Amino acid sequence: MEGGGAVGAVAEFVRHAWSVARKDLLVEFRSRTAILSAVVFTVLVLMVFNFGRDPTAVAAVDLAPSILWVTFTFAAMLALNRAFQLELENQALEGLLLAPISRGSIYLGKLLANLVFVGAVEAIGLPLFALFFNVRILPVILPLVAVIALATVGFVAVGTLFSAMTARTRFAELLLPVLLLPFMIPPLIWAVLTTASLLAGRPLSEAGGWLRLLAAFDILFVVLAFVLFPATVSE
Amino acid sequence: MRLLGAGRWITAVGLLLLAGVYVRALAFTPIERAQGLAQKIFYLHVPAAIWAEAAMVLVGLASIFYLFLKDPRLDRFAEASAEAGTVFAAIVLTTGPIWGKPIWGTWWSWDARLTLTLFLFLLYVGYLLLRSAVADPGARARYAAVLGICGMCLVPFIHFSVYMFRTLHPMPIVLKPSSPSLPGSMLATWLFSLGVFTLLYVGFVIQRYALSYLREQLEAAGEVGHV
Repeated sequence: MEGGGAVGAVAEFVRHAWSVARKDLLVEFRSRTAILSAVVFTVLVLMVFNFGRDPTAVAAVDLAPSILWVTFTFAAMLALNRAFQLELENQALEGLLLAPISRGSIYLGKLLANLVFVGAVEAIGLPLFALFFNVRILPVILPLVAVIALATVGFVAVGTLFSAMTARTRFAELLLPVLLLPFMIPPLIWAVLTTASLLAGRPLSEAGGWLRLLAAFDILFVVLAFVLFPATVSE
Repeated sequence: MRLLGAGRWITAVGLLLLAGVYVRALAFTPIERAQGLAQKIFYLHVPAAIWAEAAMVLVGLASIFYLFLKDPRLDRFAEASAEAGTVFAAIVLTTGPIWGKPIWGTWWSWDARLTLTLFLFLLYVGYLLLRSAVADPGARARYAAVLGICGMCLVPFIHFSVYMFRTLHPMPIVLKPSSPSLPGSMLATWLFSLGVFTLLYVGFVIQRYALSYLREQLEAAGEVGHV
C-alpha cells in the first residue's frame, strides 16, 4: 500500500510539473516572440563570429567548438532571463505559488520549459552552425547531441534557479549573466573540449573524463537547485 | 559598539604582525636558490589563497545553516566572510602576477590556479552584487544564501577541472599528503604568516559583521535607505 502511495505521489508531482511546463510552453507557442528572437539572435551571433575572425588565418574548424558554445551560452542566457520575467506580469507568480502544488514541481516545470526552449534554439542553431562554417557534424551527430544535452541540462538547471531570484531584483537582465557565467564556464570547458575532440574525429571514449564531470555537475546542480528553489520564492 | 572596537583591535594587531612577516621573510629567512627574491611573495600569496578559498566554504556553511535556522547573525556572518574573501582573492590575484612576471615571464597565464582564483573572485563579486540588488532584507538573505551554497558547491568542480589541465603553477609544498618539503626556517615564516592572515580574516569579519549589524539597526529605524 505504502509503495502505491509513493508512486502516486511521484506521479502527481510529475503531473503538476508538466502542467507548469505546459503553461509556459503554451504562452510561448501562442506568441512565438521569444523563440523567434532567440533564433534570430543565434543567427546573428553566428554571423558576428564569421566576421570576427580572419578566414585566411584561422580555419573554421579550429574555432568551431568555441563558436558553437559561445553562441549557445548567449542564447541560453536570453531564454533564462525570460523564464521568470513571464511571471512578473499581473503578479502571475503569486498565483502560481498559491496553486495547491509543491514548490519542487514548480521548479521542475520551469526547468522542463526552459530545457525545451533552449533545446529548440540549439536544434535550430546546430545545423546553421554546420552550414555557415562548413563543419561536418553528421558523422558525429549522436555523440555531439549527447554532449550538448548534458551541458545544457547543467547550466539550465542553475540558470532556472538564479533567474527566479534575479527576475525580482533591479538590473535583472545584467545580474543573471554576472551570477550565472561562473557556473556556466566549467560545463562549457568540458563541453568545448569534448566537442573539439569529436570534431577532430576522435572517439567519444577519449573524452570520458570530461563527460563524467559533466554528468556529476548535472546531477549535483539539478538536485541542489531543486532543494534550494523553495528558498527563492517563499515569503 | 564593543564588537566593532574588538574587530579594529584585532585587525590593527594583524597589520602590525604583517609588517613582522615582511621583516622575518626578508631579513631572517634564506633566499630560495632557484627563484631568488621573487619567492618571498609565497609567504603572502599562499596564506591569502588559503583564506580566499576557506572564506567561500564558510559562506556556504553559514548559508546552509541560515536556510534552516533563519538566524540573521548567520546571514551577517556570510556577508562579512564574503567581503573578507573578496579582499583575500584580490590579494592573490595581485601578488600572483607580480611573482609570475619574473618567474614565468608573463603577467597572466590561463593557468589552472589563477583561473580558480579568478572564478572565486567573480563569485564573491556576484554574491555581493546580488545582495546590493535586493531591497527586502528577508529576500536578500535568502537569495544570498542560495547563491552562497551554489558557490561553495562549484569550487570543487573548478578544482577538478583545473587540475586536469597541465599547469605551470608550483605544486603544493606545504599542504600535501606527505610531510612539507620546505626547510624549517621557511616553514616557520610561512606558518607565522598563515597565523597573521587568520587573524586578519577574523578582524575583517568581526568589523564587517558589526557594521552590517549597525546598518540593519539604522535601516530598521528608517534612518537610511538600502544602499
